[in-house]
Amino acid sequence: MSKLSCEDVLKLARLSRLKLSEEEIKRFQTELSEILGYVEVLSKADTTGLEPTYQLTGLKNVTRKDEIREYEASPEGLLAQAPAKQDNQFKVKRVL
Amino acid sequence: MSEWLPIADIAASVQSGEQTAIELVEKALAAIVKHQDYDAIISVLGDRARARALEIDKLVSSGKNPGRLAGVPFIAKDNFLVSGGKTTAASNILKPFEAPYQSTAIKKLEAEGAICVAKANLDAFAHGSSTENSDFFVTKNPHDKTRVPGGSSGGSAASVVLGIVPFALGTDTGGSIRQPAAFSGCVGYKPTYGLVSRSGVVAMASSTDVIGPLTTSVEDAALILDIIAGQDELDSTTITRTKSYTDLKGDLTGKKVAVIKEYMAEGLEPDVQKQIESAIEKIKKAGAIVEEISLPSLPLALAVYYIICPAEVSSNLARYDGQRYGYSAPDAKDLDESYELSREQGFGAEAKRRIMIGTYVLSSGYYDAYYKKAQTVRTKIIKEFEAAFAKHDLLIGPTAPTVAFKIGSKTSDPLQMYMNDILTVAANVSGNPSISIPASESEGLPVGLQIIGPMRGDAEVLSAAKAIEELA
Repeated sequence: MSKLSCEDVLKLARLSRLKLSEEEIKRFQTELSEILGYVEVLSKADTTGLEPTYQLTGLKNVTRKDEIREYEASPEGLLAQAPAKQDNQFKVKRVL
Repeated sequence: MSEWLPIADIAASVQSGEQTAIELVEKALAAIVKHQDYDAIISVLGDRARARALEIDKLVSSGKNPGRLAGVPFIAKDNFLVSGGKTTAASNILKPFEAPYQSTAIKKLEAEGAICVAKANLDAFAHGSSTENSDFFVTKNPHDKTRVPGGSSGGSAASVVLGIVPFALGTDTGGSIRQPAAFSGCVGYKPTYGLVSRSGVVAMASSTDVIGPLTTSVEDAALILDIIAGQDELDSTTITRTKSYTDLKGDLTGKKVAVIKEYMAEGLEPDVQKQIESAIEKIKKAGAIVEEISLPSLPLALAVYYIICPAEVSSNLARYDGQRYGYSAPDAKDLDESYELSREQGFGAEAKRRIMIGTYVLSSGYYDAYYKKAQTVRTKIIKEFEAAFAKHDLLIGPTAPTVAFKIGSKTSDPLQMYMNDILTVAANVSGNPSISIPASESEGLPVGLQIIGPMRGDAEVLSAAKAIEELA
């Protein structure tokens, strides 16, 4: 893998919703390239005939009865954490 | 250094009225103050702990049994949601956060009479191996203040070793319970993946995250596991438990123990190697059949981990958007800028690195080469473990390649920092239970011996660990 360009880092930052500083862009360009360079060792591993393992327990479709239950977190308790709220709703900055 | 009795004895003394819960809580709170220069603690839950202690003492005086952990004080890593205080995950973005509900593990411990007295420091969001990635401060090693305690559960490990509490809770995603236990000098247990509910714990990498105890003895770790293990409706990844984890058979005679060749290889500090070899000799003398085994794909586990973990981190940390809870940038013009500024200002460098690496390896065009390839090599590692456990009862090796390093010595090179996890990540990638117990010391600094067992072999790992602990 070649080194990440400045544009690559900016694109990743944008996808990750991070407004990086100039200094961070430079720093992450080097650091992220090094990390990606390290993990590239896997490309040489022979995995012929093997399937990927996405989860370890083998559990499938864990469900419970569809019924109303009491839960300790209340709507008020959850809303109390909001940085801004109005009329019992989360308040956000303008969208457009 | 710890002056606490075994946990079962502490609880028995409270149940019998010989000691009161409030005395134990005051002892822990005084120890927090006494050891505050180690920076192990983020917040103290003094009022909450005292109120709970008085309730427990009232139960005892009215002839009731408060439970198997009656009056036992403990500390939770600050990524466990606990009511009555803040849960920060040692991050600026969660600095104002007060949990509106509690984690299942905390509820189970408190239902048995345990009392959470404080929240411990960690690498922010548990991303790290030294607590140096905490957005607040660095915890110091109990044996040498110029060194790190390990991480990410460094505050939990230091609290136990300093004797502030008899046990602490930690989380282990790539070694974050075992490695600080090794660096600080206590027992750290990582259960089989899925055995302990993670409901109410700040998620890091969901396919490898587990919860476990840090204690001064294997017996204490087994008792805590026995209380927190089991299926939970609030965590659909939990598995069924064994009836008991406390019936430890401390006999090594005839046990088939294999030393992992790749863990005794280059990169290990010579003195760590010497200490581990001497522990292996003792295990042989105790009657175990010790052989060497090669698991050739194990050295790839670190690369597998540093693809899977950031991928899952990038997804799990997407929820911190500055809108519903946590830090929100005050000067944003619109919603999009509010997301970008809140996350930019609220996340530390390591969280940003992992979010971006994760975003990269999951993006179209790179997904197959990185993410899918890593998950396939994961299968290869699992198969090697399965083959090893078909022939052997336990695998052993060191927990970390070095003793605790100097504060600041690895912070400028993230990849160098990742290398600390090289011997612990495999058990996370595969899900196997694993423990670190103090083997001995190297020039005054602890060395940890790691024991890995087959999937769901938690009782076997704990039994063997107890037997080995007694040889030291």
